[in-house]
Amino acid sequence: MNARTHAAKLGLRRGWMEFRHTLGSSDQFFNVLMGIAFLIVLWFQRDLTVPGTTVSLAALTLPSMLGMAVAFNGIVGPAGQLSMNREDGTLLRAKAVPNGMVGYLLGRVTQTSLDLLVTLLVVFVPGYLVVGGLSGVGVPEVLYLLVVLVVGMAATLPWGAVIGSLAKSPQGAMGFTMLPIMGVIAISGIFYPITAIPGWLQVVAQGFPVYWLGLGTRSALLPDAAAAAELTGSWRTLEMFGVLGVWAVLGFLVAPTILRRMARRESGSDMEQRRQAALQRGVG
Amino acid sequence: MVIDVRDLRMRYGSVDVLHGVDFTAEQGEVVALLGPNGAGKTTTIEILEGFRLPSAGHVRVLGVEPAKGDEVWRAKLGVVLQSWRDHARWRVRELLDHLGRYYEPYGTPGRARPFPTDELISTVGLEEHAAKKVGKLSGGQRRRLDVAIGIVGKPELLFLDEPTAGFDPHARRDFHDLVHRLADLEGMTILLTTHDLAEAEKLADRILVLAGGRIIADGSPDQLGRQVAGKAEVRWTQDGRRHVHATDDATGFVRELFAQHDRGISELEVRRNTLEDTYLALVQRHESGQATEEEVAVL
Repeated sequence: MNARTHAAKLGLRRGWMEFRHTLGSSDQFFNVLMGIAFLIVLWFQRDLTVPGTTVSLAALTLPSMLGMAVAFNGIVGPAGQLSMNREDGTLLRAKAVPNGMVGYLLGRVTQTSLDLLVTLLVVFVPGYLVVGGLSGVGVPEVLYLLVVLVVGMAATLPWGAVIGSLAKSPQGAMGFTMLPIMGVIAISGIFYPITAIPGWLQVVAQGFPVYWLGLGTRSALLPDAAAAAELTGSWRTLEMFGVLGVWAVLGFLVAPTILRRMARRESGSDMEQRRQAALQRGVG
Repeated sequence: MVIDVRDLRMRYGSVDVLHGVDFTAEQGEVVALLGPNGAGKTTTIEILEGFRLPSAGHVRVLGVEPAKGDEVWRAKLGVVLQSWRDHARWRVRELLDHLGRYYEPYGTPGRARPFPTDELISTVGLEEHAAKKVGKLSGGQRRRLDVAIGIVGKPELLFLDEPTAGFDPHARRDFHDLVHRLADLEGMTILLTTHDLAEAEKLADRILVLAGGRIIADGSPDQLGRQVAGKAEVRWTQDGRRHVHATDDATGFVRELFAQHDRGISELEVRRNTLEDTYLALVQRHESGQATEEEVAVL
């Protein structure tokens, strides 16, 4: 059997095992907290209607949250894990094993995807009950939603990997991702239609994938009439796939080079230095 | 030749860490790289592992330049680094089995890869901890797992960077037995770093002393010991005054001493230099920069 294909299979298995390890761990606290926070938001929004439509604000926010979760998991997850794995030696271990890097990266993608699936369920299922159902959502809509989610992952995951490769420490990776993403989310029309913020901020928001992901998930799950609340009054499907596509293509162009450079530079003494730094921060 | 290093140089910024390291290792040899902290042991080993690019020099590991080594080459190496904290959530058996599988495509009729997982677990004495999470292992157990992972692919060449740091005497003895077994039964070539001279003496067919970025001694523990055996220090008191004399022939010197002074000699002491004394003296000389090229001892 081809050694690379063999390692790829091991990577899938690795992702599944790491996912299972997180299931029973404290990692799920974050999911539960997020689920509860989002539920509260939806609860308060359930009786408000979006201006110009008959759709409730909660019904608008629920799909937007799914889009946001993709961007969040796609960037914060890999950035944190990659920087952590550089510090604890997982990456070096992968480097010491034949085709270990193939297995490692595929394992990470698998785990991030499965993690995202859990997050989506945690957000969607209780939210669906509060919103009281989404009318007109059948198999085609769900398939379309899946396409948007996959494209969204492709648009964000490579960038998470890039940040994780460049950050000097896991804390640095968090700093690079958490706050900026929160900021972008705030202006991307996730919790309230983007039309409510100043025009120049709308322009800024449209440069990032978060807005387009939210738009994509809304277009998948909401009736066409709800498009009236969007900029230009339409779902702008072409633009949505276009912008996400550009982020994905750029990401897949940049990430392999940066990942390779990071992996090449990884060595035991660097790891030891980072370990010492971590000890001094008091987290070793 | 499994390892062939000639005039290896390494420079970080403007600091030279290795200035012209030369050595070789043959198949089945256990070579100890000995030296004080900061002598460049880890840098050397990282270059051989292909984890670090040398500034200059000729390096061949299993006939390949490490920087250009492919995955087939990689599969023939085993690597145990100084510190690992990875895979804390994995269980011991699960992790060893997973990492071993990467070597499956690289097995040959004469060398089945990887080692059977359970056999390996008992080889390193982790049977009782096979179901434990890696993060819950003690320092010594963790180190034994690191060694097991290092050899899971049945490597032809194994690198061990300070393998016994944190071992209690019992674990250390077990580990020494393991190294001997691997070299004898599997024909593994082993390069290990240590700053424990006694360990190097016990394990290695050959000891390389690295100090000040150079190999300052290269020979079997026996050769090292013989060279040292001659040197001794004679101390005595004569008429209330204390004397010290270093000599290659202590017996002859003492005979001479008594021939010249038939009385008045007391508190006679003859102290043989130990291997450790020579090693320390060698290292100190080279670190303080007193050594010249000619002085470099090839034992």
